[in-house]
Amino acid sequence: MALTKAEMAERLFDDLGLNKREAKEMVEGFYEEIRNSLASNQQVKLSGFGNFDLRDKKQRPGRNPKTGEEIPICARRVVTFRPGQKLKARVEAYAGSE
Amino acid sequence: MTKSELIERLAARQTQLSLKDVELVVKNLLEHMAQSLAQGERIEIRGFGSFSLHYRAPRVGRNPKTGQSVKLEGKYVPHFKPGKELRDRVNESITAD
Repeated sequence: MALTKAEMAERLFDDLGLNKREAKEMVEGFYEEIRNSLASNQQVKLSGFGNFDLRDKKQRPGRNPKTGEEIPICARRVVTFRPGQKLKARVEAYAGSE
Repeated sequence: MTKSELIERLAARQTQLSLKDVELVVKNLLEHMAQSLAQGERIEIRGFGSFSLHYRAPRVGRNPKTGQSVKLEGKYVPHFKPGKELRDRVNESITAD
């Protein structure tokens, strides 16, 4: 079981009384605005939750693991998530069964 | 972009909800996500990415001030794996600037 957009919209309906369409659009918009910001090379800081940062990676030599052939891995930009103190503290306490 | 800027941008996308309402929406979404992770439940958002927990094994650490060693318990840390759409859009932006 995993949390999905549908459940998040359902919660907005239950807790805040948004109608189903508004709730769906808000959840959709929430992730879209974060993507838009990151796609324009702007980090996203959500206090209490965490930061989405951007890192530019240089080109580096790679290898096709199947054939052993050398192929360069191109320079690229990646997203990293740094959880905030509050989220880290809440998650740390989880005594999982794994 | 900060949380309050996200709230403003989200409010500007529509006409039904006030800025105050949208603020409650964003807080509700983040709280729901944090709650879910705190209970050990993953989050899966297609096109954005997934959040899960990674286990960190117990280890012996050191107090950097005193140099004394301290036993650290095993713990869980949040982990985010970007989804394909986010990965691609972010990577394409490297050629745009």
